[in-house]
Amino acid sequence: MVQVGLTGQNQKRIMMNTEYNLNHLDELEAESIFVIREVAAQFERPAILFSGGKDSIVVTHLAAKAFAPARIPMPLVHIDTGHNFPETMAFRDALVERLNARLVVGSVQETIDAGRVQEESGVHASRNRLQTTTLLDTIEAHGFDACIGGARRDEEKARAKERFFSHRDDFGQWDPKNQRPELWNLFNGRHRPGEHYRVFPLNNWTELDIWNYIAREQIDLPSLYFAHERDCVVRGETILAWSEYLNMRPDEVKERMQVRFRTLGDLTITGAIRSDADTVEKIAAEVAATRITERGGRMDDRRSSTAMEDRKKEGYF
Amino acid sequence: MEDNTNSLLRFTTAGSVDDGKSTLIGRLLHDSKSIFEDQLEAVEASSAQKGLETVDLSLLTDGLKAEREQGITIDVAYRYFATPRRKFIIADTPGHIEYTRNMVTGASTADLAIILIDARHGLLEQTHRHSFIASLLGIQHLVVCVNKMDLVDWSEERFRDIVGAFQSFSSRLNIPDIKFIPISALLGDNVVDPSAHMPWHHGGSLLNHLEEVHVSGDRNLQDCRLPVQYVIRPQVDDARDFWGYAGRIASGVFKPGDEVLVLPSGRTSKVADIRIGDRSIPKAFPPLSVTVTLEDDIDVSRGDMIVRQHNQPEVVSQIDTRLCWLAATPLNPATRYIIRLACSEVQAKVSEVLYKIDINTLHRLEEDKAIGMNDIARVSFRLAAPLMVDDYRENRTTGSFILIDPASGATVAAGTIHL
Repeated sequence: MVQVGLTGQNQKRIMMNTEYNLNHLDELEAESIFVIREVAAQFERPAILFSGGKDSIVVTHLAAKAFAPARIPMPLVHIDTGHNFPETMAFRDALVERLNARLVVGSVQETIDAGRVQEESGVHASRNRLQTTTLLDTIEAHGFDACIGGARRDEEKARAKERFFSHRDDFGQWDPKNQRPELWNLFNGRHRPGEHYRVFPLNNWTELDIWNYIAREQIDLPSLYFAHERDCVVRGETILAWSEYLNMRPDEVKERMQVRFRTLGDLTITGAIRSDADTVEKIAAEVAATRITERGGRMDDRRSSTAMEDRKKEGYF
Repeated sequence: MEDNTNSLLRFTTAGSVDDGKSTLIGRLLHDSKSIFEDQLEAVEASSAQKGLETVDLSLLTDGLKAEREQGITIDVAYRYFATPRRKFIIADTPGHIEYTRNMVTGASTADLAIILIDARHGLLEQTHRHSFIASLLGIQHLVVCVNKMDLVDWSEERFRDIVGAFQSFSSRLNIPDIKFIPISALLGDNVVDPSAHMPWHHGGSLLNHLEEVHVSGDRNLQDCRLPVQYVIRPQVDDARDFWGYAGRIASGVFKPGDEVLVLPSGRTSKVADIRIGDRSIPKAFPPLSVTVTLEDDIDVSRGDMIVRQHNQPEVVSQIDTRLCWLAATPLNPATRYIIRLACSEVQAKVSEVLYKIDINTLHRLEEDKAIGMNDIARVSFRLAAPLMVDDYRENRTTGSFILIDPASGATVAAGTIHL
């Protein structure tokens, strides 16, 4: 017979050690910082994908903590769709300056101008899918071998099996059947030339964890996350911000509404929710009580029930 | 905020399609109100499309397209839910024999494992397999859920029989905390709320147990180990002389002023400061990620380990391991593999395959030494350079490793160290 499990002498450890108890945010922070440091240690040219959304802001905050008092030893990469909220851009520039970070911008407009992709047309036109080409071009141009993103496993079904170190082939594609097993806290970033990794330090966080952490750490966010008045267009069950980039149907009208955004993507696809929550604490309370998933307002996920899985395979974030 | 004071429990579930694992997880998510309306609507629509009369909660945990087509779960999926008392991370693993590697993966980060037994069938081979893997991975807390109690008329006698059979088997496993709960995942009895059908069970519901089980005492707070992950050197004017050693505390408690020893150099110094970000903290313990500064200017780099003089890990160039083979390509004794342990990497060659373990019976197979996917075996390795290790049963971080194929870069096996 094989003897396995704990030996008797270890029993002494099974005791109350309440002074060493951590709350779950401390544990999640420790795990994320470990993952971010592992990227800096294992890769030659890592980067942080910075969308201006709350998740990438939290990743950037964690990276600043991971390397303090040194500056973050990798650039922030922003894929600019040209359809960004102006608030997002102003926030990005201020954050980069405060952290003394390096910023790399990939421009979807340039990808379109170079004829690499074609702009979509019609009322559902968005540059969301076009970002993938710009992102992969930017990765190739700068030779990035690891890109840290703010995606979380709880966001969407296809992400429930995502690794911390997610392997991408030479074409930037994700093969769900060919992912490396991850055990304990041992992350294997070995790769052949051309292959790269997407790394997700926030995998184990939920939307509520993010908000509670933002409140605890007093992290600044773009004003769009907080309730404000703006011109909106109601399309089906989704409330979209009105902008010059939005192709409106003849029967659609602008409406002034009190809203906030739960995620920040492209202007043309990010759904707003009616809300009076104008502080982080009120938002956390609202999120705790909410009954619709965060991406429920994203038009890009509604295209089909496997929309996310399909885009991931192509190399989406 | 109330939510900030919650602790975290990571647990794993193993089971096959028929024993109700997906239904159980769906039930936990649903009854703890962790399911959003749009998710539930999608599941209701799928259930209707399949011609089902009731909502199939198991569809909630249905993942990738390939799996839906085959109707099976082929990989570890992670689920999240929270109650006012605790946050939970579920590593949901498929239970077929061919997916031993997934069970090992799920168990490697878990504090607790749930084993599901169908009340009609009692203990099966897979019950042994799941329990064995849980103990192999050092899980200290097991919850045995005897499911489908509705199909055996809520029989206390049937439940007692199964508990007895499990106990006579589990005495060989050395898992210190085993809890038995009779449930019906389909109907919800004893999952979140106590069952009205089984007044004879006084042990509370599954969720109640998950909320209360004490796991932070499992951490090793005795043996101080800080594997150095990254060296922080700002080289800017206001921190010109700052040398920080970043890493995650594997075990033990470190405090400023502690005399420490750096391995493998053997140089000694004292802890000057311990920080998280730019904030100093009075003590560091697992699993915190910290930055430590030392009083003396000594050479420390990634892969080194900061420990205490009177309590050191073993420094070995030959290791005795239990290996779980993860890759489709079988073990090749002629290959120079790479072992990654904590923050170190070293080349390794097999010195001997001692035996394979039949994970259903726990018998040793000393004749069959061909190691392929999903095999668990006792294998010893010769190392190209010494490693600092502890026995896995004492230390989950400094006693575990992965084996990497240098040609493909793939992770081909996971191992635990036995001293």
